[in-house]
Amino acid sequence: MVQNRKFKIGNPILEVNDISLSFGGVKAITDTSFNVLEHEVRAIIGPNGAGKSSMLNCINGIYKPQKGTVSFKGKVVPQITPNIMAQMGLSRTFQNLALFKRMSVLDNILVGRKLHTNTNFLEVALQLPKVKKEEKNNRDRSEEIISFLEIEDIKDTPVGKLPYGLQKKVELGRALATDSSVLLLDEPMAGMNVEEKRDMCRFILKVNDEIGTTMVLIEHDMGVVMDISDRVVVLDYGKVIGDGTPDEVRSNKKVIDAYLGVEH
Amino acid sequence: MDGLLFFMEVVVGGLLAGTMYSLVALGFVLIFKASATFNFSQGAMVFFSVLAFCGFMQDFNIPFVLAFIMAALLMVVVGLCTERFVLRPLMNASEDTVLMATIGLGYVLEGLAQAAWGVEVRRLDLGIGDFPVPWIADNLKLFISALDITAGLVAALMIIGLFLLFKYTKIGLGLRAVADDAGAASSIGIPLKHIMLLVWSAAGVVALVAGCMWGARAGVQFALVDLALKALPVLIIGGFSSIPGAIIGGLIIGATEKVLEVYIGPFFGGAIEGWAPYVLAIFFLLYRPEGLFGEKIIRRV
Amino acid sequence: MKPVFMTYTKNDIINFCVLMVLGLVIIPTFIKTEYWYTSILIPWLCLALATIGQQIVMGYTGQLALGAAGFMAAGAFACFNLILRVPELGFFGSLIVSGLIAAAFGILFGLPSLKVRGIYLMVATLASQFFIVWMIDKFGWFKNYDSSGIITAQDIVILGVPFTTPLAMYLIIVFVVTILTLLAMNMARGSTGRNWMAVRDMDIAAESMGVSLLRTKVQAFAISAFYCGVAGALFAFTYLKSLEPVAFDIKLSFKILFMCILGGLGTINGAYIGAAFILLFPVLLNSVGNNVFHGAIDATIISSIEQVIFGLLMIVFMIYEPLGMAKLWETIKQNIRPKLTSLNIKILKSSKVKNPKK
Repeated sequence: MVQNRKFKIGNPILEVNDISLSFGGVKAITDTSFNVLEHEVRAIIGPNGAGKSSMLNCINGIYKPQKGTVSFKGKVVPQITPNIMAQMGLSRTFQNLALFKRMSVLDNILVGRKLHTNTNFLEVALQLPKVKKEEKNNRDRSEEIISFLEIEDIKDTPVGKLPYGLQKKVELGRALATDSSVLLLDEPMAGMNVEEKRDMCRFILKVNDEIGTTMVLIEHDMGVVMDISDRVVVLDYGKVIGDGTPDEVRSNKKVIDAYLGVEH
Repeated sequence: MDGLLFFMEVVVGGLLAGTMYSLVALGFVLIFKASATFNFSQGAMVFFSVLAFCGFMQDFNIPFVLAFIMAALLMVVVGLCTERFVLRPLMNASEDTVLMATIGLGYVLEGLAQAAWGVEVRRLDLGIGDFPVPWIADNLKLFISALDITAGLVAALMIIGLFLLFKYTKIGLGLRAVADDAGAASSIGIPLKHIMLLVWSAAGVVALVAGCMWGARAGVQFALVDLALKALPVLIIGGFSSIPGAIIGGLIIGATEKVLEVYIGPFFGGAIEGWAPYVLAIFFLLYRPEGLFGEKIIRRV
Repeated sequence: MKPVFMTYTKNDIINFCVLMVLGLVIIPTFIKTEYWYTSILIPWLCLALATIGQQIVMGYTGQLALGAAGFMAAGAFACFNLILRVPELGFFGSLIVSGLIAAAFGILFGLPSLKVRGIYLMVATLASQFFIVWMIDKFGWFKNYDSSGIITAQDIVILGVPFTTPLAMYLIIVFVVTILTLLAMNMARGSTGRNWMAVRDMDIAAESMGVSLLRTKVQAFAISAFYCGVAGALFAFTYLKSLEPVAFDIKLSFKILFMCILGGLGTINGAYIGAAFILLFPVLLNSVGNNVFHGAIDATIISSIEQVIFGLLMIVFMIYEPLGMAKLWETIKQNIRPKLTSLNIKILKSSKVKNPKK
């Protein structure tokens, strides 16, 4: 929580209204609403199976909720698909890594530049001057991200050969390359050691601080969550049981019960 | 009235011919159920087994029953080798990789069969004529081949047998467990290897039976492999993991292609049964990709 | 390595120049026997081109398609009819339009790829194979109402100059294939290829990055069919010298599939390696049969053995190197280079040690 930030926290940029999602009778999310303010770092926490990843999948259009709407940048999105959301400026990372395994790190990040590529296949085949110019711009931006994430030495390695922690970094890099205004990060620090986690936090905060990217992240490590997020929403059994600043959430009775477990 | 009778005859003939596709499809389903593997070589297995059967009978003068048993045993050996040398090394490979490997296996079987028993068309006489049964022709006025009826009966028997095997035996339970999650199944002590071997052998014997039916009709020749390809649209319609699906799919394909061929074919110069099943399959894929009886697969992210 | 010209590195350009000198100077000067052109070089280049088409849809975009021969047939018969009915187009014009017609079929039969994958898609693409060949066979118009079933292909005439000798036809093919290969490489290495591979490796993630699955898949099918169509036209006009639908049956589709997979999925040079292997291996096997066993082995047995070996190779590659011969070659090169350099260093060292003694 940086006090003097360049990008002041603004109005809601993403609003989730009354979302319900079920898989053939099993309810994953029930009537959930919350919002995300522009330029903030928003964390979604909750026990395993609370519906956190499903929530992100609904926002980004991979799952189609049975009920509810998602508003982005002040407008209700009528038909949500991952592609439309990407075009509107919302990108994401995945819980179980969804990298392009046979492609190099640089190529993975270059795919993130897709929305900044306007040349068609014919122009690419003929290598027209504008293709070269565009490719150079995209490569420069990708190299920038690569050096920001400090992964220059592996940029030509196929990502499938990298260890888990590095793959997570590449995935963050790919999301960053889209230059989206909102990033959904699904457990960006899962399976990392303390040092790697510290690095990751640094990158997330730095991006938020320098470019003003709004961050929505799912994380299990409470220490991390409390440190880096502006506001936290807590899900349990597909419902919101707490929403507020880290301090408010920490002292919320329901949240404590959900985490420590009480007899109902 | 004659028109209706003729239509009936076309449909019934198609349905019975469809059971022949079902027999081939059955082999695919068996292996798919147990290992979630698409065995592209099932068609080649049909060709290989029946050519071996003919070879034993005609080249070595081995009696019918003994030759049949020998061919069945040969298919068990093929199953054994496949399990050991193809499937086991590919345990952790992707679906597509295994599919490619089974295409390779198909090539091997076709090549071996031809190297061992030659390429000329062989006649297979099962003692069942491929001509209309007089009793049915007289009483019902339908011209239906005895071979078709036999194929239908054999298919029905095999389905009942396999259904009972899957539903009520310990092996069947093990099979279903392996199909669902091979790793989990083997970790609780289900002998994966034995089950695979069993399934491949069963698929081999099913292939032999299917081959006999096809061979008796069309002659034992390489074209059987292409005919067996039609089991693929059957599977798409019926669902890859369903034994009843294989049957119903076969019936649908058989009847539809005959009806289309007889009523629409003449306007286009005929032979539309060559592609009609595939186009039918595409329509199914667009509206019901899991097939009539298949399980819907939800992709998790 | 930094690209020096367009997307090409210094090595690429050296390789290109070597290949061009080999293809346009050395081969035409030293190879005089027609057999080499008509039975090896011409079919090799044609089939390699079709395999590049298969690579685009299967190796790069990861869509299991099995209908390359159908698109080749579409291209071949389109070219025949265009030369026959629209002579103003000229040979190259007809060739391009044939490719476009094949591409239209590619789009149509590629649509199921939006819904299904794997074996399901394979069956759907089989429909194109059987349907296109049937359509050409049954509608007399496509064959110009020729009843014999086999039509002789027209002579290739470009700007009034006939190209009918094997060498001349070979040169035409080298020209077309070189251009199309370069274009394919540009696409594969550029943003187009990255979209293809992203869809192949993880479609949901690709979509979340703004890659449209619909556009990417349909585009891959169209371009793939274009390559197959042009290859089919060249194949019919220069190799078969006749047009018959049967020549483009499912067996040819399987052959191209094998070339693609054994050569190496997702590589352009794999298409050439695979096509060369599948084409040359039977030639080799036959000559072994003739020269070593002096024809004691029946020709049908030799072709059966060939089939067994292709099948076995497929299985072995799937188990040990699913990325095919191109990858194998790459690995061998990588393993040999350090050994060579370390060998060089050893030699240098030993020579340094020896030097003072001198």
